[in-house]
Amino acid sequence: MIQGKTRIVRELEKIVGPNAVIHTEEELRVYECDGATIFRALPDMVVLPATTHQVAEIVKVCHREQIYFVPRGAGTGLSGGALASQGGIIIGLNRMIRILETDVPNQRAVVESGVVNVWLAQKISGDGYYYAPDPASQTACTIGGNVAENAGGVHTPKYGVTTNHVLGLEVVLPNGETVEIGGKVLDPPGYDLVGVFVGSEGTFAIATTVTVRILHKPEAVKTLMGIFHNIEDASNAVSGIVARGIIPACLEMMDKLSIQAVEKWAKAGYPMDAGAVLLVELDGPKAEVEALADLVVEVFQAQRVREVRVAKNDEERELLWKGRKAALAAMGQIRPDCYLQDAVIPRTKLPIILKEIEELSQEYGLPVANVFHAGDGNLHPFILYDGRYEEEIRKAVELGARIMNRCVEMGGSITGEHGVGLEKQDFMPLMYTEDDLEAMMKVKCAFNPDQILNPGKIFPTSKSCVEVGQHKRDRIRYEPHRIEKEGLAQRF
Amino acid sequence: MSSGPVNQTRRQSAFDAADPPEEKKYLECIHCGLCLPSCPTYLEMGNEMDSPRGRIYLIRMADEGKIGITDSFVKHMDACLLCRACETACPSGVQFGSLMEKARGQVERKYKRRLSQKLLRRFILSVFPYPDRVRAMLKLGRSSQRLGLRRLVIHGGLSKSLQIMEELLPPPDEVPADIPLPRVTPAEGTPKFRVGLLTGCVQQVLYPQVNAATVRVLARNGCVVVIPREQGCCGSLQAHEGGLEPAKAFARKTIDAFEQAKVDYVIANAAGCGSMMKGYADLLKEDPLYAHKAETFGQRVRDALQFLHQIGANGRYGPLPLKVTYHDACHLVHGQQIRNEPRALLRSIPGLQLIELKESDFCCGSAGIYNLLEPEYGVRFLERKVDNIVATGAEIVTTANPGCELQIAMGLRKRNITMKVLHPIELLDMAYQAGIAPRS
Ligand code: SF4
Ligand code: SF4
Repeated sequence: MIQGKTRIVRELEKIVGPNAVIHTEEELRVYECDGATIFRALPDMVVLPATTHQVAEIVKVCHREQIYFVPRGAGTGLSGGALASQGGIIIGLNRMIRILETDVPNQRAVVESGVVNVWLAQKISGDGYYYAPDPASQTACTIGGNVAENAGGVHTPKYGVTTNHVLGLEVVLPNGETVEIGGKVLDPPGYDLVGVFVGSEGTFAIATTVTVRILHKPEAVKTLMGIFHNIEDASNAVSGIVARGIIPACLEMMDKLSIQAVEKWAKAGYPMDAGAVLLVELDGPKAEVEALADLVVEVFQAQRVREVRVAKNDEERELLWKGRKAALAAMGQIRPDCYLQDAVIPRTKLPIILKEIEELSQEYGLPVANVFHAGDGNLHPFILYDGRYEEEIRKAVELGARIMNRCVEMGGSITGEHGVGLEKQDFMPLMYTEDDLEAMMKVKCAFNPDQILNPGKIFPTSKSCVEVGQHKRDRIRYEPHRIEKEGLAQRF
Repeated sequence: MSSGPVNQTRRQSAFDAADPPEEKKYLECIHCGLCLPSCPTYLEMGNEMDSPRGRIYLIRMADEGKIGITDSFVKHMDACLLCRACETACPSGVQFGSLMEKARGQVERKYKRRLSQKLLRRFILSVFPYPDRVRAMLKLGRSSQRLGLRRLVIHGGLSKSLQIMEELLPPPDEVPADIPLPRVTPAEGTPKFRVGLLTGCVQQVLYPQVNAATVRVLARNGCVVVIPREQGCCGSLQAHEGGLEPAKAFARKTIDAFEQAKVDYVIANAAGCGSMMKGYADLLKEDPLYAHKAETFGQRVRDALQFLHQIGANGRYGPLPLKVTYHDACHLVHGQQIRNEPRALLRSIPGLQLIELKESDFCCGSAGIYNLLEPEYGVRFLERKVDNIVATGAEIVTTANPGCELQIAMGLRKRNITMKVLHPIELLDMAYQAGIAPRS
């Protein structure tokens, strides 16, 4: 609970206007979860600023009163990152939706952080340009949110993730100061603060405007769908594509249950009885795309592909993708709730992990559908449950944890693109030693020394920034390294 | 370990047993948020309580007994346009329209509105479903205040609604006199279909020429067109505002009227009516006598443009050298998923240049009687629409719903823009005329 809530509500209303402060419980409820409904936490207030100045003023109040605050975009995130997990104020950026500048010849655009990803694409499409990062939720998610989570999308194999497309940022620091980092050019001199900031999951500062790089649309785009009898063949086909040195723009795989769920909604013509579907998109100069497409078909055939479909025009292409991008929501037709996992797995291990997931799914009695960004090894198991039953929630969480553990054991990682947020904190020690985590904490403390901004996320334990330093001091004693002891090296 | 549903221990639902929003339907919402940017109210207001996801969440919480039917619950239900753009955007197939109509039904019975609001609603809903009363109101011209409404103003906050009501009515000289249509119009040439036409309460009074054009165009395409005299209102305005019982009565009457007329198809040229009739099955599913009838009836309903496109309208059009744009009526594009058919028909008219309208499927703010009940927001959506319409540079804006026609015409009039607002079928009709008339 916030001390003196009424007084603070009034003060905030002066900054943003009375309609932009939400403080009654029933309205706040709507903000108690984001795309990951498995986590819920009621904020004390929600404030909806319309300008950077207003954001700064709100943050100053939070800083003065030492109130926790959390930024939120469209609330499509899947790791609970936009939750006020320890109470406090949610700063919703949904009124900062202006595209401030599009400088097409110089390939950049400046947007407010609440701008929806696809709006930018629509705005520059007429000029022949696009914005490459395209998470599955791109029709709704905000660019600010993409920056926080370093969002990927289906185009990652060739075009990378959000950080590869952000040039500069205007951010409000947790003390209310507004600063600019990066600039309008790629890789400016000095520390790469943009690189540090992107993916910080809203724990360093609140981004209010983002300068992004936009790309010219390729001359040709070709989408192929390979329909396979089983996951093994499809996985081998992926390896085959990589082995030939082909870098597709997108490379996506869906398993049987995903295909069925999505087809029911999208009617994209995915065969309901297929074991796996592989979507490959190639782009670039026309001649190159055609040649590569032939190669891909060859690879498919070597893996006993059942059928290959090639989208003949943009409409057909859109339709093939529509199914994939809507996978999450389409799952709602199978069970009421979905706990979407996000893991990374070495590609060659895919058939093994999917088999294990199938077994776990049987064991727990919860269906699990899988979608795989095959290009970068990012696996998304959709654990389907019914949130009205406490027992099912518990099972879903436990099942998720077991999948996570296995992925790490097989040499993968606990998150590919959704971020750690609330969801994956406890898995961090699977990946990192305490020293690693301390080093990361230090970076966070440099930006957010009081930890009033988005507390309780990413790290498995909460420590104040003062503790971080002390702890280290107590523990570090000089110990000669093994190679020093062996006389192979020497410290000066 | 025992695992009872959380429901068993949950608090009493805020809804009662008479047509509550169905649990099954709201559980289909997986909270992904993909619908947010499609929602006009969310874009305007920027808060999640006025988004589809937020409204579904509020409905769910009310049903779980976590919140009651309070002022703010009602405020966010009222602010919804029921444009159903969220249904088009939702990949999980959430039937938002049904949820919202049923939530409103509960609100109407369980929530005590301010007297002025109550009277306003009652007044509007007692006029529009009845053509005679609409006609009477039109006759009174633009002085609806004479209807004793002025007294309502005293109760506060209604002057804006009444002002819009006056402004919405077209100037008397623009409304053609009643055009009597025969009960049965024979097909031109060999009859291929026997169809019934719903003439609509607002359409037949304010836009009789649209009905006349529809009859001519259908006849030209081999249809025997029947206009059952027993038909009345389809019930859509009532359902929109949560008046589910009166809506059901209208629905039964409509079904009976067209059943007796023994038609292959029931044609609607007002998007709101078409979408309503297609959804009778959901409305009447608890009615033992009508549940089945409603289902087969619904399958027979076609929007006029959808039908013409489907049967392959004959293309003996004369040229119409016009610059035209098209506004998607919500209850056509979102309610019935009819997007390409009207455009294809318009494009098939020689000489006609169809200019795409930016945000064409974004609600114009008419939304049943939303423009009267929530005048402030209705006007904001209208302004946005008119800006986009003006930007097309077209001479004619077409749309297939009388509510949208009235709303857009009002917006244009207020800005002194002399652009015509027509139903696409009027252009088809004109093109057919141009096809026969020797050119002068
Ligand atoms: S898109 Fe559908 S499933 Fe997703 S939040 Fe909106 S209504 Fe719910
Ligand atoms: S019906 Fe229209 S206004 Fe209502 S929630 Fe859906 S999109 Fe928003």
